[in-house]
Amino acid sequence: MQPTTLLLVLIVMAFIAYQMGFRRSLAVVSGKAKQLHSLPLYHGFFVALAAFIPAFLVFSLWQILENTVITNMVLNALPDEISSKAQGDVNLFVSQIKNLVDNGITADGISPQLQQAANYYAALQSESAAWLSRTTIALSLAGLFIAWRSVKREARTRNWVEKAVIGFLIACSSIAILTTLGIVLSVLFESVRFFGQVPFSDFMFGTEWSPQTALRADQVGSSGSFGAIPLFAGTLLISFIAMVVAIPVGLMSAIYLSEYASLKVRSMVKPLLEILAGIPTVVYGFFAALTVAPLIRGFGSAIGLDVASESALAAGLVMGIMIIPFISSLSDDVINAVPQSMRDGAYALGATKSETVRKVVFPAALPGVIGGILLGVSRAIGETMIVVMAAGLAANLTLNPLEAVTTVTVQIVTLLTGDQEFDSAKTLAAFALGLLLFVTTLILNVIALYVVRKYREEILV
Amino acid sequence: MTRKAISQRLRTIDIVNASMRRRNAAEKRFQIYGKLAIAAAMLFLIFMFGNIIYKGHTAFVQAFVALDISFDAQVLGLGDRRDKKSLASADYAALVKAALRQQFPDVTKRKAKRKLYKLVSSGASYQLADMVKNNPDLIGTQARVWVPADDEIDMLLKGYIDRKLPESERRLSDQQISWVETLEAKELIETRFNFNFFTHGDSRDAELAGILAALSGSFLTLLVTLTLAFPIAVATAIYLEEFAPKNKWTDIIEVNINNLAAVPSIVFGLLGLALFINWFQFPRSAPLVGGLVLTLMTLPTIIISSRAALKTVPNAIRQAALGIGASKVQMIRHHVLPLALPGMLTGTIIGMAQALGETAPLLMIGMVAFIVDVPTSIVDPSTVLPVQIFLWADSPERAFVEKTSGAIMVLLAFLIAMNAMAVAVRKKLERRW
Repeated sequence: MQPTTLLLVLIVMAFIAYQMGFRRSLAVVSGKAKQLHSLPLYHGFFVALAAFIPAFLVFSLWQILENTVITNMVLNALPDEISSKAQGDVNLFVSQIKNLVDNGITADGISPQLQQAANYYAALQSESAAWLSRTTIALSLAGLFIAWRSVKREARTRNWVEKAVIGFLIACSSIAILTTLGIVLSVLFESVRFFGQVPFSDFMFGTEWSPQTALRADQVGSSGSFGAIPLFAGTLLISFIAMVVAIPVGLMSAIYLSEYASLKVRSMVKPLLEILAGIPTVVYGFFAALTVAPLIRGFGSAIGLDVASESALAAGLVMGIMIIPFISSLSDDVINAVPQSMRDGAYALGATKSETVRKVVFPAALPGVIGGILLGVSRAIGETMIVVMAAGLAANLTLNPLEAVTTVTVQIVTLLTGDQEFDSAKTLAAFALGLLLFVTTLILNVIALYVVRKYREEILV
Repeated sequence: MTRKAISQRLRTIDIVNASMRRRNAAEKRFQIYGKLAIAAAMLFLIFMFGNIIYKGHTAFVQAFVALDISFDAQVLGLGDRRDKKSLASADYAALVKAALRQQFPDVTKRKAKRKLYKLVSSGASYQLADMVKNNPDLIGTQARVWVPADDEIDMLLKGYIDRKLPESERRLSDQQISWVETLEAKELIETRFNFNFFTHGDSRDAELAGILAALSGSFLTLLVTLTLAFPIAVATAIYLEEFAPKNKWTDIIEVNINNLAAVPSIVFGLLGLALFINWFQFPRSAPLVGGLVLTLMTLPTIIISSRAALKTVPNAIRQAALGIGASKVQMIRHHVLPLALPGMLTGTIIGMAQALGETAPLLMIGMVAFIVDVPTSIVDPSTVLPVQIFLWADSPERAFVEKTSGAIMVLLAFLIAMNAMAVAVRKKLERRW
C-alpha cells in the first residue's frame, strides 16, 4: 500500500471510530444524552483519537526511519569489493541503486552487483511497506476497540479529549523552540566539520577568501583559502552605507510623523512607508542592479570617478531604503510612548517644538530608538537578495564604497547553489558563515529586544 | 525696584528676543528635514514603481508574425504516414522556413536565408506541431498562422532598438530591419497581447518564456505553508495566551519567537538544506521543502499577530462562558476563537504575503532550477515567482529585462491584492470592544 493511501485509510478509520463512539455513548444510556458525563461528540472524538494517534505516530516514525534503515541494510549486504571503496563511490553506488529502483534507469550500464543490490532494495522496500500497513492498521483497530469498550455513562471522555487538545497545543508551541534548536544544531554540526578541515583562527582572521580552488580536489592547495575578513569587511561596509541612509531618513520621518504631521498626513504616509517594508527584496535587488548601479556608475564617470559596475554603494543605498520603515515604525512607537507631560514641561520653559524634540523627547526615547537601529543593523547584515544581485562576488578587502565587495550572505548563496558535494570544505564553509551570521544577528536582536522592552517598562511606569 | 534691576530684566527679554530669529529658523529647518526625509522615501517609492512599470509594461504584449503556412506532407517529411509518432517527429521547422521563403522570394543566399529564418521564434514550429497533433486533417491545407517573432524583432517593434544606429552597433542587420519594415507595411507583423507570458514555463528564448510554472510553484509552496503554518501558529498562540503558566519555560518560548522573527531568512534556508534535504532526504527543488522552510519562517509573524488578536478579546467573554459551565477548551473553541479569528486571518494573510515574496531560503534548497514544465504536485521540481525574477534578472538579453519587470509587476499585484484582502478582512470582521 502506498503511504498516502495508508494515511487515507487511517483517516477513514478515525471517521468510522468517531461514529462508533458517538453511537455507543447514546446506546449505553438508551438515547438520554443528559445522563452522560460527557457529550456524545466527546465520546466520538475519544474513540477516533484512540484509533488514530498511536497508529499515526508509528506511521510517521516509520516514514522517517525507513529510508536510513533500508539503505544501511543494503549497504551491509554489499559485496566487499564495493563497500571497501571510498565513501564517495559508495554513496554514488547507493544513489545508482535508488535511481534504478525508482526510475528503472541508470546513468551508466547496470552491473550484476548493482542489479542484485537493487533487487534486494526493492524487496526490502515492499516488505517494509507491507509491515507498515499491517502494524498501523492493527494498532488502529486495537485502539478503536479498547476505546470503544470503555465508552460508558460515567466515562470522562471530555477530560481526555481536552487533555489531548492541550497536548497538541503544547506540541505546536514547542515547534518554535525546535526550530531554533534545529538551526543551531544544523549549522553547528557542519561548522564543526568545517573547522576540522580549516583552523578557526584562519577562518576568523585570514584575509584571503578564495573557496573556488576547492573544486579541484586533486590539486595542491585544493583546500582553498577561507579567510573571512574580506567578507566581514564587505558586509560591514554595505551595512554601514545602508545605515547612513536609513537612520537619518527613518528617524526624521518618524519624528515628523509623530510630532508635526496632522492626523490626515500621518494616516496617509505611514502605510506608504510600510509598503517599502513589504516589497520583496528580490525586487529591490533587481532595481539596485539594473537601475541604481548604472546610474551611480554613469554619475561617477561624469565626474571622473571610476565606479565598479557592482559597487557597494548601489547595494548599500537600496538596502538603506529597504530598512527605513523598520527604523521609522519602531522609532515612531517609542516617540509616541514618551509621556505628554515631558513635552508640556519643555514648552512651559519656553522651548520651541524642535528644541523640545531634540532636547527632551529624543533623549527620553533614545534607548528605544537604539533598539530599532540595532534591529535595522541585524536586517542589513542578514539581507541576502539585494547583495546577491547588486554586490559583487570578488572578495576585495577595501573601504572604498565605489568598489565591488562581497558579503557573508552572498558567499553562502554562491557556495550552496548549484551542484555540490556535501563533504567539501567549500560547502561546509557556507554553514560556518551561516553560524556566524546567526550568532551575530541573534546577539543584536537579543540586545535590541531587551533594550526596547526595558525602555517600555521604564517609560510606562 | 531699582533702575538697574529693571534694565537687567529687559536685557533678559532682549536676549530671548534676539535669539528667537535663530531659534525659529532652526525650528523651520528641523521641520524641513522631516519633510525632506518623508519626501525622499516617497520619491524613491514612486521612482522604483515607475521605473519597473516603465520597463515592464511591454512584457504583456509581444510581436507576432503572420505566416501563410501550407501544411505540405512532403515538406513535413511525412509521406503518407499519419500516426502519432511520425506526426510528433515531423519537420515543422521546414514549414516555417518555406513560408518565410515564400514571403521573401528574393532572398536566395544561404547566409541571408539563415538571417531570414531568425525573424520568427523557434517556438513557431512547436506551435505548428501542436496544431497538427490536435487536428491531423490540417495536412494538405493552407492557413495563415500568427507565430511569435524572435525576441530581437520584438525589441525592435517595441522601440528598444534604435533603427538609426550604425549597423555594427545593434544586434539586427539592416537587411533584417528592412524585412521587418516590409512586413509592417503589409500588416503582417503586429504586437498582440502576450498569452505566452501567462501560459508558458521558463524558456531560454525570451519570447517564449512565461511565468506559469513559477506561479504554480508559488501556489503549491504557499499551499503547503498555509496548511502547516496557520494551525500550528494558532495553536501556539492559544497555548501561550490562554493556557501557559507564567514561568521560565513560557518566557523562553516567548523570547524565542520574538528572536526567530528577526533571524535572517537565509538561515532558515540553511536549516532546510541540512534538515529536510540532507537528513530527511526530501526531494530537492520541491514545493514541499520550500513550504516547510517558509512555514518555519512565517510562524513567528502569524503567532505574534494571533496573540495580539487573542489579547483583544475581553475577559468578560471568557468569564461568562466559564460561568455557565463551559470547560476551558469549550470556552476557547466556542467564544474566544471565533472572536479572535479575523485578527488571526489578517496576520496569516500578511505572513503569506511575506512568504510569497521570499527568495533567499528557497535558493538554498535548490528551487533555482530551470523549470519548463508546470509543476502539478508538491514533490515536482519547481521554482517560485521571486526566484524566477532572480533568474531572469541574471539574463543578459534586453528582452529578459522586460520579462523580469513584467514578472515583478505580477508579483507586486499579488502582494497588493493580499494586503488589500488583509485590510478588508480586518475592516469587515473586526469587532471593537
